[in-house]
Amino acid sequence: MGDKHVLILGATSDIGKALAHAYAKDKYKITLAARSIDSLSPISSDLQIKFEVSVEVLEFDALDYQSHQETTNSMRQVPDVAVCVFGYLGDQEKAQGNWAHAKEIMEVNYLGAASILEALAKKMTAEKKGVIVGISSVAGDRGRQSNYFYGSSKAAFTSYLSGLRNRLFKEKIHVLTVKPGFVKTKMTEGLDLPPLLTASPARVASAIKSAVEKRKNSIYVLPVWRLVMFVIRCIPESIFKRLKL
Amino acid sequence: MGLEFLPHFIHLDDMKQISGWGNYPKQLAYEESFDTIQKLSTILGHGKSQVVRGNARSYGDSAIGKRAISTLNYNRMLSFDTQKGVIKCEAGVLFSDILEVTVTKGWFLPVTPGTKFITVGGAIASDVHGKNHHKEGSFSNHLIAFEILSGDGKIRTCGKDLNRDLFDATCGGMGLTGIILNATFKLKPIESAYITQRQIKAKNLDEIIDLFEKYESYTYSMAWIDCLKGGKGFGRSILICGEHSKLTELNSRQRQQPFHFKPKTKLVIPFNFPSFALNKLSIQSFNALFYAKNFKKEINSIVPYEPFFYPLDSILSWNRMYGKVGFVQYQFVLPKASGKEGLIEILDKIRRKGMGSFLAVLKAFGKQDDLISFPMEGLTLALDFPIKKGLLEFLDELDSIVLNYNGRIYLTKDARMQSEVFKTSYAGFDKWVNIIKKYNPNYQFASDQSYRLNIT
Repeated sequence: MGDKHVLILGATSDIGKALAHAYAKDKYKITLAARSIDSLSPISSDLQIKFEVSVEVLEFDALDYQSHQETTNSMRQVPDVAVCVFGYLGDQEKAQGNWAHAKEIMEVNYLGAASILEALAKKMTAEKKGVIVGISSVAGDRGRQSNYFYGSSKAAFTSYLSGLRNRLFKEKIHVLTVKPGFVKTKMTEGLDLPPLLTASPARVASAIKSAVEKRKNSIYVLPVWRLVMFVIRCIPESIFKRLKL
Repeated sequence: MGLEFLPHFIHLDDMKQISGWGNYPKQLAYEESFDTIQKLSTILGHGKSQVVRGNARSYGDSAIGKRAISTLNYNRMLSFDTQKGVIKCEAGVLFSDILEVTVTKGWFLPVTPGTKFITVGGAIASDVHGKNHHKEGSFSNHLIAFEILSGDGKIRTCGKDLNRDLFDATCGGMGLTGIILNATFKLKPIESAYITQRQIKAKNLDEIIDLFEKYESYTYSMAWIDCLKGGKGFGRSILICGEHSKLTELNSRQRQQPFHFKPKTKLVIPFNFPSFALNKLSIQSFNALFYAKNFKKEINSIVPYEPFFYPLDSILSWNRMYGKVGFVQYQFVLPKASGKEGLIEILDKIRRKGMGSFLAVLKAFGKQDDLISFPMEGLTLALDFPIKKGLLEFLDELDSIVLNYNGRIYLTKDARMQSEVFKTSYAGFDKWVNIIKKYNPNYQFASDQSYRLNIT
């Protein structure tokens, strides 16, 4: 049995970095993928110095769909765990007046993610092993005026993951959906997040790692979010549409 | 029922209260961080001054301001040569992270202050010193190079032979020349993670000063001093010396794994103590207990490096013992020639006033003559003073004694010095300020301290 291997798509994000640490601590081989190879280089040297694991970097652009199959083919080894971390919050107000921006939010979060995971699923199916982790969002549980471009693309991604899980079950490939809730990252820097509902990237990473090991299907990182989102989903639409959410 | 707690992702309310380790003074600040140079360039400037902030272990107002840039996310190790013991890391890397990686490979920090929770950038900006100053100098002495983005927007590499003026003004320069991006420095080889320690009791001030000279060949030395004791026992103290333990000094169990020891569990002080918790009586009892604990004249032992270098790090957030009003740490150095006389005058004044200190640390510095770094050959004393009425006036009185003896005050601890005191006591002041003007012409980088001291 060779070394275990994890692929992190979106490795320059805070959750991506925390995941790399969590897996490197366990001596996994790490492949970091992101749009800019340059910004991966300090992350890679840091992991090698701290954990003495082998680290590869991979150039990956979520929107360059044509390249995705090639990207997965270029990996010498099919990863045991592939985590799709990248996402794009964007700016809802800007998106309402600017279709290009709205389209970019929806493309990155849904089309980009689905495209690379399809390519990976194909490789994993051939080897009949692997775990795919998709980081979706609580924002996909119900559309709200404050971020419905982001929310709807994450809703689509959640649906995609559940379909993929269904399809790959018989191939012995597991799919995990993660809804982190609020996370203290650079994506949310400057936002005033309620502490009880906010997780650190390290917390998200350890929740993901343990959910992968337990073959969970879908998790909220902080359990309180299950309740919060249950309440939100229960509000009748006739009332919901009047709320400022 | 209010629905405010329900998820709404965009809600900007970004000011938060920040302070140094002393929790005094405080500032309402807008803080941003970066993990790439590209991100840094987007948060820099916009015509307003910013303060560079690491792990905020400086005590006063040197790392606070209305707009702060945190280096804590810029924290990757870039290279580590395990043969030569040379490490390069980004400015936000903590000393504790470095120790975790290097100690098991047989390398130790060349210089460390009494806490390992400081960043590499902060270590340079404060030009930190440790128990080995008399033998090995301050942190800048071990620096090979660093890269800095200065106030003029340019990134430069600095070293002893490269951009020397910027190097000199940055070491101990309190972040006023620019934002340090990464640093390369030399580690020191060790045979184990243990320290061979020698603790010696001194009955009074004369004795402790003699002991410092007698044991100056030790790499590490410092003393705890009881400031409240008068009469015959005035200045009673405990000298603590140490060397990195050699393999041959360890017992067989330690020798099997010379770089590993069981980490002790940490105490946490989860809330601010009420401010009456520390008073003259409680401090006197603490000091008496501490002194009595060392009942023998001399104790020799082998201890892990953590309790030796970082006794207070095992009590996380110990600064909360001083209550939410906070405290000032007062650290000064007096030149060797007049050091003892001045120390007597100052200790006597503190004792009479009963303003007492929970901790007083005495240390002999070796020679150092850098542009703006704090250390100079002589004696340095550090004491804590809980904030209370009359304290600031009292500290001004102490300042004038320090000035009389040609001493100076450590900027990293300072929260209240008058700018005249600073200008008079640091000989390199004018030259330093001119270099700051050259590289940070619009005072892009400034702190509450630099405003208070009229530096920027």
